[in-house]
Amino acid sequence: MVTEVSRIHVDTTINSEPVEFLCDGSQSLLSALRDEVGLTGTKEGCSTGDCGACSILLDGRLVPSCLVLAAEAQGRSVTTIEGIAQDGHLHPVQQQFLQHAALQCGICTPGFIVAAKALLDAIPNPTETEARYWLAGNLCRCTGYDKIIRAVMDAAAETQKATV
Amino acid sequence: MSTRHQFEYVGTRPIRHDGMDKVTGRAAFGADFSLPGMLYGAVLRSPHAHARIVSIDTTAAEALPGVKAVVTGRDIAKTNKKVYLGGEGALDLADMGDNALAHEKALYHGHAIAAVAASSLEIAQEAARLIRVDFEVLEPAMTLERALAKDAPILHPEMTTGGKPLEHMTGPTNIAARMEIKRGDVEAGFAEADLVVEHEFRTPMVHQGYIEPHATVARAGADGRIVVWTTTQAPFLVRDACAGILHLDAANIRVIPSEIGGGFGGKIPVYLEPLAIVLSKKSGRPVKMVMDRDEVFRATGPTSGCHITMKLGAKRDGTLVAASASMWYEAGAYKGSPFGAAAMCALACYNIPNFFVESHDVVLNKPKVAAYRAPGSPMATFATESLVDEIARRLKIDPIELRLKNAVASGDHAPYGPKYGPIGLKQVLEAAQAHPHWSAPLKPNQGRGVACGFWFNAGMNSSATVSVDSDGSATVVTGNPDIGGMRAAQALMVSEELGIPVERVRPVVADTDTAGYTDLTAGSRVCYATGMAVINAAEDAREQLRLRAAKVWKLEPDQVVWEHGEARSLIAGDDRQPMTLATIASTLAKTGGPIIGRASVNAPMAGPAFSANICDLEVDPDTGCSKVVRYTTVQDAGRAVHPSFVEGQMQGGASQGIGWALNEEYVFNAKGAMENAGFLDYRMPVASDLPMIDTVIVEVANPSHPYGVRGVGEVPIVPPLAAVANAMRGATGVRFGQLPMSPPRVLAELEARKEEPAVALSSGS
Repeated sequence: MVTEVSRIHVDTTINSEPVEFLCDGSQSLLSALRDEVGLTGTKEGCSTGDCGACSILLDGRLVPSCLVLAAEAQGRSVTTIEGIAQDGHLHPVQQQFLQHAALQCGICTPGFIVAAKALLDAIPNPTETEARYWLAGNLCRCTGYDKIIRAVMDAAAETQKATV
Repeated sequence: MSTRHQFEYVGTRPIRHDGMDKVTGRAAFGADFSLPGMLYGAVLRSPHAHARIVSIDTTAAEALPGVKAVVTGRDIAKTNKKVYLGGEGALDLADMGDNALAHEKALYHGHAIAAVAASSLEIAQEAARLIRVDFEVLEPAMTLERALAKDAPILHPEMTTGGKPLEHMTGPTNIAARMEIKRGDVEAGFAEADLVVEHEFRTPMVHQGYIEPHATVARAGADGRIVVWTTTQAPFLVRDACAGILHLDAANIRVIPSEIGGGFGGKIPVYLEPLAIVLSKKSGRPVKMVMDRDEVFRATGPTSGCHITMKLGAKRDGTLVAASASMWYEAGAYKGSPFGAAAMCALACYNIPNFFVESHDVVLNKPKVAAYRAPGSPMATFATESLVDEIARRLKIDPIELRLKNAVASGDHAPYGPKYGPIGLKQVLEAAQAHPHWSAPLKPNQGRGVACGFWFNAGMNSSATVSVDSDGSATVVTGNPDIGGMRAAQALMVSEELGIPVERVRPVVADTDTAGYTDLTAGSRVCYATGMAVINAAEDAREQLRLRAAKVWKLEPDQVVWEHGEARSLIAGDDRQPMTLATIASTLAKTGGPIIGRASVNAPMAGPAFSANICDLEVDPDTGCSKVVRYTTVQDAGRAVHPSFVEGQMQGGASQGIGWALNEEYVFNAKGAMENAGFLDYRMPVASDLPMIDTVIVEVANPSHPYGVRGVGEVPIVPPLAAVANAMRGATGVRFGQLPMSPPRVLAELEARKEEPAVALSSGS
């Protein structure tokens, strides 16, 4: 049954900006980001945590936003695809996705870029195997992953070179 | 038509024009669109695979606060219209409409029975649950065997077998059609063969697996005008199909395609669009409908499961002399499996003097199939290429040599009739043979398989305009949603014709009120056919630029040529500096007005595409688990306009084919419900399942296209099923006729072999 319940007020930080929104108790963070906050870059592919299209960072940790309740964002820091580029500069992963043509339709791309940023934050110089297993939670049906993995490996190399 | 060979821009790899939007989250896909005052729709779906709808009571749903409209099959009178797709047959809108919303019967588990629009999605879903449907449950036909049995449950009482039915195919039937193709004397052919191999093949229904679920917003105005924002491969088809199904005037429907999150053929039919239009008409509000993943699996088109029996005969030297096949393709709930294409593709790689192939379109209580990348060919090719591999093994002939010996070339007849023009199968096979992968050593428990494959590639209708702007840039407008980098390819073509950098070209995907009529993004046709329209439109603009320069210079038209992006005077000793495109463009307003090039094409069938794949598979004998450890795909692209996106098509098709071979399948329970309608249980390949996928692009120019382009999108999925199965044969000694070769199935075969070592092969004679 649909019952009238008061909506929950959430105070949170999204992409380094303070944000407030109202949500239902059962609403996912994915739904709140898209429908309440208007950040539609985070995509819904399954809503069961199996495809990774809705990947975000919650306090820096990679999570599928479809499996997080919106109310859990209270007092936390959320990073979505819209917050990956800084001051108009693309993240090296974004730049390499363009260079390598690592996207075809592009629906999985936001999730992959968020997941790849989390990978490089955790393991700055991953092996190909590490990259493949880290990104195994993100489905892409177009590319066969080849160009995605190459883009991520090159982004890692570029970041390493820049920090040496 | 002469084919160009020298290019300045074509063959380079610029960053795609829509890339920035897609790596930053700005690109708007189907579910990203909203309108003020919008309602949300939900669909009630059948819990039975086969049932007569006795009555539907929507009273309780309509009484729920927040519900604004309810629609059932009673609201949409059946149509008898069809939508014609170029010369490529017609889509039956009676079936498409009944599939979108059932009328008399629910024909599969998940079939739409009613739809609701309400002020929130939760209320719409609750209202859908309140709809009372009185079903008379019928036995479902869930397998080909049951659908073909004498006492089979009949899905469509009025169905008769179309095409070329056999004498006994009379009366109520689930066989929608039968066709045959033949050549020579097949019995004599087998009689002269030194080796005959025969095997049965079965493949399950598999889904296209696009990551973006179907999503639509429809707005019906009081003036009768309807606007549909939707994720589709075929905006004009959505317009015409909705008009036909809903008895509306297509001129009153505008379809605005969103960015599309994958389709592979599955986003050609309409599912939600007619429901959203009717709900919007009833409620007077815009209505948004988005499928969840479960609905995508249960109620949108997978591709056919099939059963194929095939026999192949060869001389001792490897010459193929005879073939016969009987193919049975599952159409799902309505006629229209790719059974015909399957029959035509099965033997299309080889010169075989004697063959007989029959193929059948069979309805049963599963979701209606939709196109999936080279529809019908992968399964048929799985059969053929498995048997060709078996012949090579038994005759101890190198499998690529055997294929080269029998491969078709320019001037040979295709098995479906016409003579091939210039084609690249032999070049593709030679490139595979020369690749280091082919001669690399294998490790224990590894096997190597090779397979090749064919696809027709489509032509059909396309339109394009190219307008020159005053700053010397250009805009190219077409009507094909960009599903894999086509904007960049079209911009490259305009660059090539006008001589301006690709960054100075703006490619635009327009809606059905804005673009000239353009057939669907499918059939590997966009780079070929729409590309031809783009090139012709750019040529038209270029010719106008040349004439404008002549006018400014007060010369005759034949005294001016266009070279390297500028107009040059042909007058001997003329000291006029060449006039650049930018110069002409900056003065258009003073010299005669804007310049817009336009073109439309009714493109002939594109040049056929051939592909060959090499697969190394490692099998764990203790678990039956296997892993692709090396993969190479070689393909004739005719001309690779943007090679990165050609490689991407090859790699993506290989990956889908590997999934089909090893893991993917629809699992139905006895009552006909799909038991694995989610990505956890419908296991598509993930990054850790695959190695890098090496690509080799061969370019045998297609004479029908000014640059030599062939389609590239579909043939990549044709060889992998057999390439993987042949590698499995090499690794384990077992010839698998049934897909997927999932760990339990592989382990069972390996265990059976341990117990009965005498049974060396499960393959036939």
